[in-house]
Formats: sequence, structure tokens, C-alpha cells
Amino acid sequence: MINVDHSPPLLEVRGVRKAFAGVQALDGVNISIAPGEVHCVLGQNGAGKSTLIKTLAGVHLPDEGEIIWQGEPVTISSPTQALSLGIATMYQELDVVDGLTIAENIFLGHELSLGGLLNVREATKRTRDLLRRLGHGDLSPGREVGTLSPANKQIVAMARALSRDIKLIVMDEPSAVLDSEEVKNLFRVVRELTASGIAVVYISHRLAEIREIGDRISVIKDGRSMASGLDAQTMETAELIKLMTGRAVANVFPPARPIAADAAELLVVDNLSVKGVFAPVSFTVRAGEILGLAGLVGSGRSEILEAVYGARKATTGTVKLGGTVLKRGSVRDAVHNGMGLSPEERKSQGLLLDEPIYRNVTLSAFARFGRFTFLNEKSERSTARAQLESLELRPADPDRAARTLSGGNQQKILLARWLVHGTRVLLLDEPTRGVDVGARAEIYGLIRELAAAGTAIIVVSSEIEEVLGLADRVLVIADGEVLTEVPANQIDEPGVLDLVMKGSAA
Amino acid sequence: MSEQTTTSSAARPPADSGNAGSGSIVKRILGGSAGRNAGLVIALILLVIIGGATSGDSFLSLNNLLTVLRLASIIGVISIGMTFVIISGGIDLSVGSVLGLTSVVATLAAVQTAATSFWPLMVIIALAVGVFAGIINGVVIAYGNVVAFMATLAMLVAARGVAEILSKRSTQIVNNNEFGDIFGGDLIGVPVLIWMFVLVAVAGWILLNRTTFGRRTVAIGGNREAARLAGINVKRHTVYLYALAGLTAGIAGIMMLGRTTAGTSTHGTLYELDAIAAVVVGGTLLVGGRGSIVGTVLGVLIFATLTNVFTQNNLDTSVQAVAKGLIIVIAVLLQQRFASRGRAH
Repeated sequence: MINVDHSPPLLEVRGVRKAFAGVQALDGVNISIAPGEVHCVLGQNGAGKSTLIKTLAGVHLPDEGEIIWQGEPVTISSPTQALSLGIATMYQELDVVDGLTIAENIFLGHELSLGGLLNVREATKRTRDLLRRLGHGDLSPGREVGTLSPANKQIVAMARALSRDIKLIVMDEPSAVLDSEEVKNLFRVVRELTASGIAVVYISHRLAEIREIGDRISVIKDGRSMASGLDAQTMETAELIKLMTGRAVANVFPPARPIAADAAELLVVDNLSVKGVFAPVSFTVRAGEILGLAGLVGSGRSEILEAVYGARKATTGTVKLGGTVLKRGSVRDAVHNGMGLSPEERKSQGLLLDEPIYRNVTLSAFARFGRFTFLNEKSERSTARAQLESLELRPADPDRAARTLSGGNQQKILLARWLVHGTRVLLLDEPTRGVDVGARAEIYGLIRELAAAGTAIIVVSSEIEEVLGLADRVLVIADGEVLTEVPANQIDEPGVLDLVMKGSAA
Repeated sequence: MSEQTTTSSAARPPADSGNAGSGSIVKRILGGSAGRNAGLVIALILLVIIGGATSGDSFLSLNNLLTVLRLASIIGVISIGMTFVIISGGIDLSVGSVLGLTSVVATLAAVQTAATSFWPLMVIIALAVGVFAGIINGVVIAYGNVVAFMATLAMLVAARGVAEILSKRSTQIVNNNEFGDIFGGDLIGVPVLIWMFVLVAVAGWILLNRTTFGRRTVAIGGNREAARLAGINVKRHTVYLYALAGLTAGIAGIMMLGRTTAGTSTHGTLYELDAIAAVVVGGTLLVGGRGSIVGTVLGVLIFATLTNVFTQNNLDTSVQAVAKGLIIVIAVLLQQRFASRGRAH
């Protein structure tokens, strides 16, 4: 570990632990942040980064451990208190109020007043100064925030942070919504902030960015600090990945199996498009095959999946499942004909979190249980239990609430749902988001087994490596267009990114 | 009621499922749905004790008991339909005025047509009007993407207006004696109205806890998007739910005709609020995803008993309204505490 501590730390986090409903989100995090530095926090999805941020922002109180601010132990019990200490947070889901103007957003909660009345003129003036400082003097303080692009909303969020007297600003994946030009502006602003002594905690998945803007790196994995204070310029990439994942990633994927030459084309997508979202695509998936859709966030990959499933109504084209043309825009028809989707946002789109596992498992199939439309809970439970056991979900207790399970086990519930339903075509959107590395390998194995049993599978993931590792064949997508279709073993991650960059430029 | 423990144990606190074994047994029991019902039973018993202490024999007599139940029965039937709508995450403000409309249409049909001599036609007309109004609500909400509150508020106003136009603001007397004899009468010493409430409640319980219809309702209220992506036709189901609420309003309209032997556009005024109060006090979450028929029935009984205790003691109805308001606030406060226990964060 490289120690570049010269000044006393601005903020120290010591041994912080936090649990939610039996899930240990933070399990001993130690981070020390110096004034004026850009401190990057690296970690996989579900590593505990969000919980850490919320602990610093006063949203969560740690169960154990200490937070030391400018040499004094503090308890940050509310967002207001965090702000008054001088800690501002920019969340990934930008928490600006759409219906208010830029100036009203910036001074929300600490409105400027003059004898009890709002001092609009002063607020407008200061807003203009802040926006100019952030390189966006072109934005009018009176403009309604709802009309702004995500990048400009982020500028507003940042201006709001700067409108207070802050010493530390936490940015949660600020570059996720920005294009490259806007990222440059962001970096310029970050450099200006640090030059004036403000420390920045910068969360991002993009290693290249971290190298460019970061001073030091801390890595957390499964809620634990793996390393802190690493030098952002000299640290080996391979070493960082190993710290993040706990293993070299190469061996996680099960070997692909050759698909029978006469395997039927179970899913035939012909000329499918959604106006303004993605251009017409055509592809087929054979029984036993895994097709991957590779592309960046916003490329249209999830939207294609949704259109195939009927969750988004297609403008043109057809989807045929085993010879039957599916009704456009009807999820029910797709499910009825043997298609299943494990959605991108497992919690908000996939699960009934407060319901027991078995009801989640039987949700798509429960017409099969019991006579007529009467339910037979006993047979529901036993079917669910059998499926959970075969997926090695432990404990296979069908009565537990879905909320209490880990990400990997929640993903297994969704797989179980479609297995019980008897799905022939399975669409998986981000199958391992928020799933830790150990459970990932297990999920990959299950997906491969399903394919081997004759299911046609489409996988979408923001991790290109995952798509390439799992799939037999890959469609590379950028800006709503399919750039190419290649066997997965004939392309690598740089190759995909290269295509995507060129495709976007064209 | 012990069945309720196993079938609608929606969100168990983590203590219940084996890990993080904190919290006393009392808290655990009160956190479960059976516990919430137990709380309601205790509240009801307390009310009965207060009634018995203040008014003695006249309160505890069988006659008075039947009066309470008879009063409770019409709101009760509406509340059962309302329970389904609220569990699905919706609301139906129109049930009271739809009740009034069904009573007017059914009596007009009886006065002006051959239905005078054939009471089942009155029943069928009342039910059809209720279901029809419910379908309109459901279609506007599901396919028109109008917020349930607004769609049913519009129906509340419109149905009352239609009823006034049809009845010319005059009270229509039911002149079919058979109808009055049946719905105003007794069966085995118990008023028919009470039997109807019992029947609707039992049917509602079965529908909610034992059929795919009920499971879908809970799923839609718990996570609408997940339900849709699991292949449930959420829009169509929404229409069914409001049709069901309309159906209960129609049944309540018949009961009202039986009790008053007259149809008028003012029947059922503000009943929607009493029904919502009973449902929420009964432990059904206003945001949807969790609820119980047993709880709703207990909620209805608590309000009916409260009214009776006040009447027996010749207390002002204004004081009674204040007491009702207090009960609603206390129930919702308790509900939130249990909900946050179940959700952890």
C-alpha cells in the first residue's frame, strides 16, 4: 500500500458496519480522505458503495465504527447535519425537483430571504455565478429543471452542493449520464474544486476515468475495505480487478457446448423496431443457444429485449416463438407462449419483495395450481421448494419474504419462476446485477445448464465481458442499431468497444 | 381467523424468518397480520365493555346486537369491494353515489315496468347498474391512464347527477311487497341484510385468499411492474377490480332498498369515506400490496359499535365524528409502525 498522506485527513471512516434486515451491507470499511484530493471508491455492484455514500450523507446511521471529521468523532444523523458539517452528496439518481426552477432547486432548504420574503434577485444572481463557475453560464437561473438534459440536471445538483460552504463532495457515478465532451467539463470542474481545497469522493466503474481524475483509490468488496489509499496512477489494472472481485475473472464462465446442427430456431425476430428507440433488427435464437446483446448503457439493448417480450410495443416487425407469431405489445401472449423475462431492475420490476418466496416463484404459473382458479397453496409450496432445491438456493424455505434474500438468491427466484412456468425462451436482462462474484459463477452455470436442456436464451448485460463469456453468439449494438453479429469466441472486449465507438461516431 | 395467519402473512418481520432474532414475542405477534386482527378484536371488546358499562342491558341485548349488525351490513358490503381495490393500490370514491344510483334505477324500473310484479328483475338491474359504473371506472383508470382518485371522483359526482335526473329529485317508493318482505325481513331470526353481509364477506375472503384472482390483486398492489412482466394482464384485472367494487355497491343498493323501501339519489352519501376508513383501520395498506377481509369486517364492526355506544348514551353525533377521526389516525399510525418494522429500511 502506498502512503501519500501529507496533510491530516479531512474525513476518516473507521471500521464502519451496517446491516439491513439480516444483510450485512457494510462489514468494516476504512477510508481516509485528505483535503483537496480526488478519492476514488471502486467496488462491484452490491459491494456497499451506495450504503457507504448514504452513511456519509446522513441517510443511514452506522451500526458500528467511527466517522472522524476534521479530527473530531461525529455522528451524522441527518442529511441536514451532513450539509452543515460540509459534506454534500450528488446521487446517481439526481435528486433535483423537476417542477422548480434552477435557482429554486439550488437554494432549496436554505432559501435566501429578506425580511421573511424570498430574495429572488439575490438567489438569481448567485445562481448565475455558480453556473458560470461550473462552465454553464448559458443556463438561465429561471429555467424549469424538468426541461433540462440529465447532464444539465447534474450541473444543477453540483451547483446546489457548491451553494453551501462545503469541504467534501461525494459524486456517485457522475459520468454515467454524460457524453465525452461533458465528462471533460466535469473533470475541469472537479480539478477546480480540488484546487480550492475541496475534497471529492468519486465513484465510478470506469477505470480509465479514475486514472485520469483520481489521486487515490480505495477498493471495497462485500462491504469490506480491501485496500485504501492506493495510488491512482501507478496501480495495476489487473491488481485492482482482483481486489474488487477476489479472483481472476477468466475462469468464472462455464464452457460453451456445441449446439446441435438441427436445433430448431425457437425464436425468430424479424424486422422488429420501436420508432425513435431502435432501428429494425432481425435475429434468431435456436434451442440450446445463448445469444448475447452487447452495447453500452443507452444503446438500445434492453429496449430490444423489452420489445421482443411485448413489454414495449413494437412499431414494425414480428416475433415468432416456435412458429407462433406473438401479439405485439402483449406480455401476456409472450408468457402464454413460453417466454420469460428476468428484468433489469430485479427489485422494482421482478419481485414482490414482501411476499413469500413461493408466491414469487408461482406468480407466472399459478393458473396451473389447483382446480379452476382456486389455489392450492400446499402444492404451490412444494413445487417452489423442489425448484429452489434444484437451483441450490439455501435455505430452500418457500415461506421467507423475498426481501430478506441476497441478490444472487433473488435472481434464482426469478429463474425458478420461469422454470416452473415451463419457459422455452428466456430473456435475461442484467442477470448478475448486484450479485456477488461467488454467486455469479453459480448463476452462469445455471444459465448454461438451462441452455443445455434446450432453452433458447438472450442475455443482456452492461458488462461486456459477461456477455462474451456467456453467449454463443453476440449482437453488438450502438445507438439503437445492430452493428454486427459474431460468434462470441471471435471477438473480445476491446473489439466490441472499438466497434461501438466507431458505430457511435458514424 | 387462524387461517389468516398462514395465508396472508405478507411481510413478516425478519425476526419471524429465522435471522436477527430480536424483538419480544408480543412485538412479533403484533407485527403479523393475525396480530393486527387481534388488536382490532381487543379494540372491539373494549368498546363492548364501555357500552355495557354505560348503557347496561339495553346495549347488551340481542335486539341491540342485531341493530348494530344491521347498521353495519350496508357499509360492510361496500367495504369488502373497497378492500380489493385498495389492496391493488387503487381507490374507489364513487361507491356511495353508485349505491344511490342503483337504488333509483331499480325502483324506477319497478315503478314503470312489469318489474313491479317481478322483484328479481329489480335485483338484476341494481347489480347491472353497479357493475356498469364500475367497468367505466376501471376502463378510464386502466386504459385511459387516469389516476383512480380522479376517475372515481368524477364518477361520484356524475352518478349522483344521473340519479337526480332520473328520479327528478323525488323519492321513489318500492311498491313491490315481496321485495320489501324479503330484503327487509328476517331469516332464522336474523335480518336478511346481515346474512347478505356475511355471505359477501365469506365470498370476499375466499376470493382474496384462495383464488388466482386474489393473488393477482395482491401482486398488482405489491409491485405493479413485476406483475405485468410476470404475464398478468394488469389493465384487464384493474377493470375487474372496479367492476367488483361496483357490484358490491349494487348489492348495497338492494340492501338499502330493503331497509328503507325507497330509492333516492341521496342514498349512500359519504359511504365511500366510511368504507375507506373501515378498510384502513382493518389493516389494509393504502399503498396496496397487503390487506385482509377479516380486518375490514372488524373495522366495520368497530365503527358500527362506536356509533351504537354513542347513540345509546344520547351523545352528540359531532362528538362521535371526533371519536371516529381519532380512531382512524391511531390505526394509521400503528399501521405505519408495523409496516416500517416489516420493511427494515
